[in-house]
Amino acid sequence: MITIFGVPSAALFGQLLLGLINGSFYAILSLGLAVIFGLLNIINFAHGALYMMGAFVAWMLLNYLGIGYWWALILAPVIVGGVGILIERNYIAPLSFSDQRQSFVLIGATAIGFLVLSFGFSLSATLAFVGAAVIGVAAASIYAWKRPSQSSTVHVDHLYGLLLTFGLALIIQGLFRNQYGVSGLPYGIPPQLAGGQQIRLFDAPIMFMPNYRAWVIVASLIVCLATWFMIEKTKLGAYLRAATENPTLVSAFGVNVPLMITLTYGFGVALAAFAGVLAAPIYSVNPNMGADLIIVVFAVVVIGGMGSILGSIVTGFTLGLVEGFTKVFYPEASSTVIFVIMVLVLLVKPAGLFGRAS
Amino acid sequence: MAEAALRAPGAARASAPLLGISNLEAWYGESHVLHGVTFDVAPGEVVTLLGRNGAGKTTTLRSIIGIMSKRTGSVTFDGVETIRMPSRAIARLGMGYVPEERGIFASLSVYENLMLPPVVKPGGLTVEQIYELFPNLRERSGSQGTKLSGGEQQMLSIGRILRTGAKLLLLDEPTEGLAPVIVQQIGRTIERLKRDGFTIVLVEQNFRFAQTVADRHYVMEQGKVVDMIPNAELDRNIEKLHRYLGV
Ligand SMILES: Nc1ncnc2c1ncn2[C@@H]1O[C@H](COP(=O)(O)OP(=O)(O)OP(=O)(O)O)[C@@H](O)[C@H]1O
Ligand SMILES: [Mg+2]
Repeated sequence: MITIFGVPSAALFGQLLLGLINGSFYAILSLGLAVIFGLLNIINFAHGALYMMGAFVAWMLLNYLGIGYWWALILAPVIVGGVGILIERNYIAPLSFSDQRQSFVLIGATAIGFLVLSFGFSLSATLAFVGAAVIGVAAASIYAWKRPSQSSTVHVDHLYGLLLTFGLALIIQGLFRNQYGVSGLPYGIPPQLAGGQQIRLFDAPIMFMPNYRAWVIVASLIVCLATWFMIEKTKLGAYLRAATENPTLVSAFGVNVPLMITLTYGFGVALAAFAGVLAAPIYSVNPNMGADLIIVVFAVVVIGGMGSILGSIVTGFTLGLVEGFTKVFYPEASSTVIFVIMVLVLLVKPAGLFGRAS
Repeated sequence: MAEAALRAPGAARASAPLLGISNLEAWYGESHVLHGVTFDVAPGEVVTLLGRNGAGKTTTLRSIIGIMSKRTGSVTFDGVETIRMPSRAIARLGMGYVPEERGIFASLSVYENLMLPPVVKPGGLTVEQIYELFPNLRERSGSQGTKLSGGEQQMLSIGRILRTGAKLLLLDEPTEGLAPVIVQQIGRTIERLKRDGFTIVLVEQNFRFAQTVADRHYVMEQGKVVDMIPNAELDRNIEKLHRYLGV
């Protein structure tokens, strides 16, 4: 048995691997938050709930429709991204509308839908609520589509977006908790990625590497780098960066900025759902999985710098590793180390390690 | 006869304004800034908006392109009423806007800034033609947009809307704070654009410069157009103009 600084290598590398896995999730989630924050200027508190929804959609696809992991990896982000688009159009965007009629349609149709489904069709509270939300969103979308585009908008404080998404997160989590309980549902590793490799250095075994965990690290790296490339190196990304800086001027050039905002939110949410599917075979599928993770991810975002793309990727992976190291060498601090770093960074460089002070 | 009859409607169209503004009012939040601006611009014309600081020149351009959140009255472009349109739709009718603060994007390279505004109409300049107009931009095409000098940023801000095929250019103080040689270069550019048939609304503090390029001058005071002076009569009205501008 090889030991390093008095720690058995298998334990050390095992913890580092775990750190890297956690770091993968931190990176994808904080990347989505950064993209959303850049353009919408809101901190998307619903991010953890939508990550959880991604895992649940994978579970539902498998258990209700018999659709397996690889399709879920594509379908869950598309479905949850679509939910994100509806959330943005019907809940977030109207915050800055100067007339609130679309919101009244949303509220009215949701309320009537709930009464009808709950008392008329005697559905359970959870199902009636989900059905009512669908009816409300459909009515508000039709209303918004039928009338001329809202050209006059008012500026609202970012705090309202944060509070709104926080409320949505609690509602979504509550619905899943009612329906599926909190004990967690199993989701198996896809057969192609079962098993693992014994990693050796000069014939000495160092650690056992499960295939699925290696895949999670590789997949998250690829998704993060592809997103970074798209934003920093393509024409589409140039629109995104420009609209992040000065949305008014970009729309004065003839670009549909509200549409870009909606699609960006949908994309950020799809990233969260992708992470949720990756996570499903590792952690059990649980309504609280997002709430537990998102607090750490917010700390990661603060450390990396709000809105920085590369910053969120690098910080996400690094802090995962730091957490893993801490578990080996100073386990007492392992659950607080990220928050200690956050406080230190805020004191020394409030804009974050990669953030530009404005 | 037949020929004259054919030509007549075309001639009538040519004299109709490309841009017609009447009773335009605009607000920043609660503060009422434009109080009934009325003027028009014929196709191919270069007109200036002159006036003291705070007279409402910038706000007028912002209202035309549609980025004031509240505006009323009438703004027609090529016969289309735009007052209820969002700015993205107005821009797509063929207007290009160069803001007072130039609006160069720091997170984009010079080349990306140049390529950013979408082409809205056929017949815009090619990148190559823009580089011929402003050779500095070619040399600096890989730099970060905001690393350019003030003059180069102004060239970039003008250059990037020439690609779009916009027929009407709204230029807000393109010579502000620039060295005389650069002012001359921008003056030559405006003359060249006028020869190519662009219609230009130019906001200027410097009426000596305005005189070299414009056909007519509108004078603004406290959110209204209070006078119009054809360029040929500018010298005769110089004292009146000094009074307007408070110089
Ligand atoms: N963002 C704003 N919020 C509130 N009031 C504004 C804002 N911008 C301009 N104003 C006010 O509107 C009036 C007109 O301003 P505007 O910028 O149109 O003037 P201008 O003629 O372009 O002046 P300058 O020559 O200094 O550029 C001024 O009284 C100004 O104080
Ligand atoms: Mg101005």
